[in-house]
Amino acid sequence: MIYVGAVSDIPDGEAVKVQGSVPIAVFHVEGRLYAIDDTCTHQDASLADGWVEGCAVECPLHAACFDLRTGLPSGPPAKKAVRTHAVVVSDGEIWVEESVAVEPRFPVGAGASEHA
Amino acid sequence: MRAVTVVGGSLAGLTATRALRDQGFDGRIVVVGDELHTPYDRPPLSKEFLAGTQSVDDLALTTPEDTELAAEWRLGRRATALDAAERTVVLDDGERIVADAVVLATGARARPLPGPMPAGVHVLRTLDDAVALRADLVPGARLVVVGAGFIGSEVASTAAGLGLDVDFVANGAVPLERALGADVGRFCAGLHAAAGVRLHTGCGVAGVVGSDRVTAVRLTDGRELPADVVVVGIGALPNVEWLAGSGLALDDGVVTDSAGATSLPSVVAVGDCANSHRSYTGGMLRLEHWTNAVQQPVGAVAALLGRVHTPAPHHEVPYFWSDQYGHRVQFAGHRTPDCQVEIVEGDPAAADFLALYLDPSGSPVAVLGVDRARSFGRMRRRLGDRLTVAT
Repeated sequence: MIYVGAVSDIPDGEAVKVQGSVPIAVFHVEGRLYAIDDTCTHQDASLADGWVEGCAVECPLHAACFDLRTGLPSGPPAKKAVRTHAVVVSDGEIWVEESVAVEPRFPVGAGASEHA
Repeated sequence: MRAVTVVGGSLAGLTATRALRDQGFDGRIVVVGDELHTPYDRPPLSKEFLAGTQSVDDLALTTPEDTELAAEWRLGRRATALDAAERTVVLDDGERIVADAVVLATGARARPLPGPMPAGVHVLRTLDDAVALRADLVPGARLVVVGAGFIGSEVASTAAGLGLDVDFVANGAVPLERALGADVGRFCAGLHAAAGVRLHTGCGVAGVVGSDRVTAVRLTDGRELPADVVVVGIGALPNVEWLAGSGLALDDGVVTDSAGATSLPSVVAVGDCANSHRSYTGGMLRLEHWTNAVQQPVGAVAALLGRVHTPAPHHEVPYFWSDQYGHRVQFAGHRTPDCQVEIVEGDPAAADFLALYLDPSGSPVAVLGVDRARSFGRMRRRLGDRLTVAT
């Protein structure tokens, strides 16, 4: 389990980023918490920085939209879904259970955008 | 309406084709593209693809679901004429494609330096351009980048990261001066300098030296910069010459209204080839932005099909991004030369800031973020809301 923080740390409509095997974004939408892979499947951008509307987040770079409940993109430019993860709240603290660990796409520290 | 011809097989043409099906058109669609490649994404050509971190497969824009579009592709074929009365597109091999409507999405091409060029002089617009350039970008080679727009800036950044020795020639005082203004351009100049790229401002190119292969670039101030490779990034020209005589109004592209409708019925133009009325500025603009190429076709197709399309207000705000030296630069809105720049978050010295462009009345008309995606996105929406209030 990955520790995220206190429920009160994420205002409604906002998100925080935590590190699993890849970065994971945890969103707070109208009292519910959702966790998805943070990196857009289209190009390197952090979905935690995106715009939340209903149960979807719009990527801050190219406006690819992902359903926070399913991880599915609503259409181009994203082609692939992001993974979703279970969120557990215990004593006001948020934990995320990463669904299946994956190899980081880029070595940690190298940064996908170093030579972007 | 039973048949639509889409002229242009890149992002705008593919988006138009998808929009036709999304909006219920079930007739024949023929897509004409002058490149042999299926649609691919161009922005990475100067960044990840050039750096070698993305492959040709990564660039593919089409997905397996796109086979359901049931479009007939004519790739590697160039449209040579439009018979507007018959809505007939004539191809370079003589084929005449008759339809009920035509979507013009022929894009733009890189503006070359005049005259024949020796080997080693590149432009960067197409996948083939990028493959050829990538082969020349070997560590230690001397690269001269001509033109300090986005292509030049990104190529300089990528090449510096690959270990080339880079000279960067700008005819303005700073890079990206026209797009981002002098203040932000100075910040960009600092990024190049910090990476060891030598910036030569206020000069143009007098000539390219070399018989078989380039050896140097001669500047207008008389200096010669030794070069193994040259990249010319001096803008793009809309691919509209083939439409001369068609009756379409042409002026730096195909003239359209805000929905993409041209001066001829059942002919719309979208993407880089369209010089369109923009509700955000209240004037005409030809945008070469990726986002324009994925948004404009949706409205244009709706207009063709007689449907009403109301884009989200923030989609009316012109938007583009650039990645340079590991920093993400995002810009939305429309800058005019009389704008003042105000830093509202962060610090340019730390390459992490949000800046507003204020018009002479002090009202924000554009926003620029460097590694500030979240607050940039919020301000971009506020600019869209401003539009809603204004109209």
